[in-house]
Amino acid sequence: MATDLAKPPVQAAPSEPGRASGRVPFRTALRRYRWLYLMLVPGLVYFAVFKYLPMYGLTIAFQDFVPFLGYSGSEWVGFKHFEALFTGPDFGRLMFNTLFLAVLTVLFVFPAPIVVALMLNELRVSVLKRSIQSLIYIPHFLSWAIVASLTYLLLAVDFGVIARFVHDLVGGPKVDYVAQPDWFRPIIIVQTLWKATGWGTIIYLAALAGVNPNLYEAARMDGAGRWRQFWHITLPTIRPTIVVMAILTSGNLLDASFEQIWLMTNSLNRSVADVFDTYVYYIGITQGAFSYSTAVGLFKGVAGALLIFGSNWLAKRLGQRGLF
Amino acid sequence: MSVNHYKSFGSRVFDALNILLLTGLALVMILPLLYVLAGSFATESEIATRPFFLWPEKFVTDTYAYIFGTDTFVRALVTTICVTAVGTAVQVMLTLTMAYPLAKRYLPGRTLVLNLVIFTVVFGGGMIPTYLVVRDLGLLDSYWALILPLAINPFYLIIVKSFFQELPQALEESARIDGCSEMGVFFKIVLPLSKPVIATFSLFYAVGIWNDYMSPLLYIDDSSKWTLQVLVRQFTSADAENALAQLDSVFFPAEGLKFAVVVIATLPILLFYPFLQKHFAKGVLIGSVKE
Repeated sequence: MATDLAKPPVQAAPSEPGRASGRVPFRTALRRYRWLYLMLVPGLVYFAVFKYLPMYGLTIAFQDFVPFLGYSGSEWVGFKHFEALFTGPDFGRLMFNTLFLAVLTVLFVFPAPIVVALMLNELRVSVLKRSIQSLIYIPHFLSWAIVASLTYLLLAVDFGVIARFVHDLVGGPKVDYVAQPDWFRPIIIVQTLWKATGWGTIIYLAALAGVNPNLYEAARMDGAGRWRQFWHITLPTIRPTIVVMAILTSGNLLDASFEQIWLMTNSLNRSVADVFDTYVYYIGITQGAFSYSTAVGLFKGVAGALLIFGSNWLAKRLGQRGLF
Repeated sequence: MSVNHYKSFGSRVFDALNILLLTGLALVMILPLLYVLAGSFATESEIATRPFFLWPEKFVTDTYAYIFGTDTFVRALVTTICVTAVGTAVQVMLTLTMAYPLAKRYLPGRTLVLNLVIFTVVFGGGMIPTYLVVRDLGLLDSYWALILPLAINPFYLIIVKSFFQELPQALEESARIDGCSEMGVFFKIVLPLSKPVIATFSLFYAVGIWNDYMSPLLYIDDSSKWTLQVLVRQFTSADAENALAQLDSVFFPAEGLKFAVVVIATLPILLFYPFLQKHFAKGVLIGSVKE
C-alpha cells in the first residue's frame, strides 16, 4: 500500500524544478512550505490525540490506575494485571472462544468467496451475472445491528420464519436459538457468511477478469474440456490472490468482530460468546476495571501486531507482495 | 468470452446447476430483507400466523404512523441524519487536507508522518485508553464522540494521497506560476479535479457513521441521544420487552414495530445502493491493486 515509503524522497517532484534539490535546513523548509505544513496540522493533531495519546495511555496496564490521580500519579504495579489475566479463570475460556471462531472462519468464511467467484466466473450470461452480483453485495452495507436484528426476527421462537419452519414443517422441537450456547457459533458464522461472502468475491473476480481469453482458446484447440480449462488456467490465475488473502486473514485471526459478537451475546450464551474484545468492554467499561482491561487489550494488541508482522514476513518469503 | 464452446451434456448440467445455485444464493441474500419490508406493512395477526410472506394480505401503515408519532424514533432519526451529515463533512475535510501535503514527495518530514500513520494500522491504544482520552476531553454524551475519534481512516488517507500524487502536476505548477498560493492551488485546482474521489470517500465515511454501533455504545449513555442503530438493537434484542415497556404508549404494534425499525435504519443504505456499489467496488480495487 505504501511501497514508496521505503524510498527516501531524493529528487524533487517535477513541479518544483531546482528548488528542493539536496537537503535544505528544516527551518528553511518550514518557511518555504508553510502552507503545506499548515494543512498537515489538523490531521497531525487528530493522530496525536486519538491514536498516539491512547498508546501512551497503555501505561495504565502497568499501574493501579485511579482516574483521580491520573496517568502520572497512579501507583506502578509492574506485570500484576498480566499475571492476573494469565493465571485467572477467564483466560483459557477467552483464548479458546477466540481461537475456535478463528478456526471456523478459516474453514468456512475464507473459502466461500473463492467458490462463489469461481461459480460466477463460469456464468456466461452476463445480465444474470451482473444481477446476481448486485444482489449479493447488498448485505455488506448493512450494519451489524441490522444483521443482529434480522437474526432475532428470523429466529424468534413464536413468529420467526426459521424457528417456525423447523417446528411446524419439519416437526423439530421449539428452540430459542439465540439463547442456546450450542447455536452461538453457527449463528455467528452464518451471519458472517451472509454479510461478507458476496463482497469478498470482488477481489477474486477482478483477478479472474485478467485472464487472457486466448489461453482458453488455445486450450480448447488442444481439446481441453471445461474441467481441464478450469484446473489449468482459471485456478492458477487466482492462486496468488488466494495466498495473499490467506495471509491477510491470518493476520486478523484474533480480531473477532466486536460489534457482531457483542450484539449476539446474552446472559445465557456468555460462556461461549466472550472473546478478548467483548471481555475488555465488559470488564473495563461496565465494571470500571480500567487497568486490568487495558492489560487484556494490550496483550491482544501485541499478539495481533505480531501476527500481522509474521504473516507479512511469510508473504514476502513466499515471493508475494506484502502489506508493507 | 462469448466464443461458442463445445457443449457436452455434462457441461449443460453444470451450467444449469450453477445458475440454480447462484440464484438461490442471491435469494438468500435478499429474501430476509424483503420479508422484513413486507412484515413492516402487515398486521400483527398476519405476522403471528403466516410463517413467510413477501406481500402482506392486508396492507397497513400502523407501525409507521406509530413510529413517526413517538419522540424516541423521530429524535433518533434526526440525530443519526445530522451526525452522519456533519461527521462526513468533517472527516472528508480532514482527510483531504492531510492527504494533499503528504502527496508532495519533496516535502521534508513526509516519510516520517506517513510511517506514523501506517503504524496506527498495525497497533493502537485499544478500547479503554481511547475511551479515557474521549472522557478526559469531556466528549462523553457528546455527538462529537461519534465523529472525532474516527475522523481519519488511515487506509482512506493513503488511497487519497496516492490519487493526489497522480494528478497532472503541470496544472498545479502553472497555477503557482500565475501567483496562486498553495491553498489556492488546493481549493481551485486540486479539489475540482478530485470530485469522484470526494464522492467515493464521502460515501465510505457516511456509511461508516450511519452503521456505527460501537461508538454510541461506548460514549453515549444518555438515551435521549441514541442513534438509530442503538435503537434498532434495543427494540429487537432479547431484552426488547424492557425497551418497549419504556415507550410512552399503552398500545403499540409490538412485532410490526421491530420490522419497521429495521426497515427505517436500512432504507437510506438501500436508496444509495446504486452509487455505493459503483464507488465501493472501485475503492476496494484501488486499495488492493494500487501499491
